[in-house]
Amino acid sequence: MNTQGNLYTFMYASIMVIVVAAILSFTAINLQPLQEKNVRIEKIQSILASVGIESTVENAEGLYDKYIVEDKVLNAEGEKIEGKGFDVKLKPQVDKMFEIKALRSLIAKVSGADKKEAEDKLAEVTNERQLPIFKCKKDDGEYVIIPVRGKGLWGPIWGYVSLESDFNTIYGAIFDHKGETPGLGADINASWFEEPFKGKKLFGTNGSFEGIKVYKGGKGSAANAGDLVHGVDAISGGTITSMGLYDMLQDCLSAYEPFLKAQKESEVELEIKTN
Amino acid sequence: MSLFSSKDLKLLTNPLNVDNPITVQVLGICSALAVTVKVEPAVVMSLSVLAVLAFANVIISLLRNTIPNRIRIIVQLVVIASLVILVDQVLKAFLYDVSKQLSVFVGLIITNCIIMGRLEAFALGNKPWPSFLDGVGNAAGYGVILILVAFLRELLGSGTVWEYPVFEKLGIYSIGYENNGLMILPPMALIVVGIIIWVQRSRTRELIED
Repeated sequence: MNTQGNLYTFMYASIMVIVVAAILSFTAINLQPLQEKNVRIEKIQSILASVGIESTVENAEGLYDKYIVEDKVLNAEGEKIEGKGFDVKLKPQVDKMFEIKALRSLIAKVSGADKKEAEDKLAEVTNERQLPIFKCKKDDGEYVIIPVRGKGLWGPIWGYVSLESDFNTIYGAIFDHKGETPGLGADINASWFEEPFKGKKLFGTNGSFEGIKVYKGGKGSAANAGDLVHGVDAISGGTITSMGLYDMLQDCLSAYEPFLKAQKESEVELEIKTN
Repeated sequence: MSLFSSKDLKLLTNPLNVDNPITVQVLGICSALAVTVKVEPAVVMSLSVLAVLAFANVIISLLRNTIPNRIRIIVQLVVIASLVILVDQVLKAFLYDVSKQLSVFVGLIITNCIIMGRLEAFALGNKPWPSFLDGVGNAAGYGVILILVAFLRELLGSGTVWEYPVFEKLGIYSIGYENNGLMILPPMALIVVGIIIWVQRSRTRELIED
């Protein structure tokens, strides 16, 4: 058979493509449930890890049911709306967040009819926001867990931040990434980076939202970290990832500001009453 | 020995030294720069390349008499890409942790010149068994250099080996040593590879050119 002819070449290419496509889609479809389960378990493990609960692939779901007592969705005003926090897809929510930011800067620039239009759009998008939040009850207290997501250098970065019952102090934080540079930006999921977040505060003494900043040049390193209530050390060589992480925390956590403030106030009232 | 004739054995051992894909053929340099900051990803990358290269070689060798000459590169690429996607899918389903560590590197395997080079230079003209050995040998030769470079870069750049703080335990920092940040950056991988080539060439008679 002539293996160099045009017809043969076309036939060969077509058959090869069909065979390969069939093999690949067959494996992809068959492995999908397993892969989705892995992703789900990983999410559970991350949520648990943010409040310092170690879990294995086997016991993760059991521990989740035991410790995570509440799983809800908030709107932009911090009021509870329908749905389960676990099922909220974070990516579209983060896209909405970027849209809100863009609209805000637009509103500052334009005037007249354009401004009105942008404001209406802003109200609409803000109204659509869904903010998932989890409540965890451990032996030593209650914590809220807030999922965060943002942009790194090469792809998305995300994480879970847990707050103590004062809705201000960070109890734990864990981060992860899709494909940051190994040894540099990828270290945001290393414990030496996550550990310093513990005990940092989101709100300033005057009650304004400060968030968590990343500092370059060792300013936030272990020796000086005590002075920084709202900051941690950035990763050397991972500047864009570090800045992305800062933006992520700032954007995602500030969205919960109304809720956190309301909770803080009710907490204070409760204390006054009990005293 | 029927399984490994002396010729077969050479297929395995030559790429480790006199025919090394990185230091002699100078292939696969791109990934040698990218994944050698730490030892761990270097090892995982080497193993993945081993799997893909061995199987791609066998498949191309089995198909070698049917592949039309004009589209042989495309056929090779399709085989490599499908294998890489298969590896990626299987890892995601069964070894999720490993697949997370590999992340972008799995995709990088497709662009590794060694794989295409071996398919083109060897598998197209040889039987499956020698092709398999050639694949394993070349991937091993690639892996050895990768791990050596990663070892040096991690040790001098971060003071650790496989995340274990060697320099700290040895007390090197207390006598005034500081981690060399340059070792973490890609250019140092090239320089380290260059030094390895220099050492190898000056020690191996066959490689000394006039």
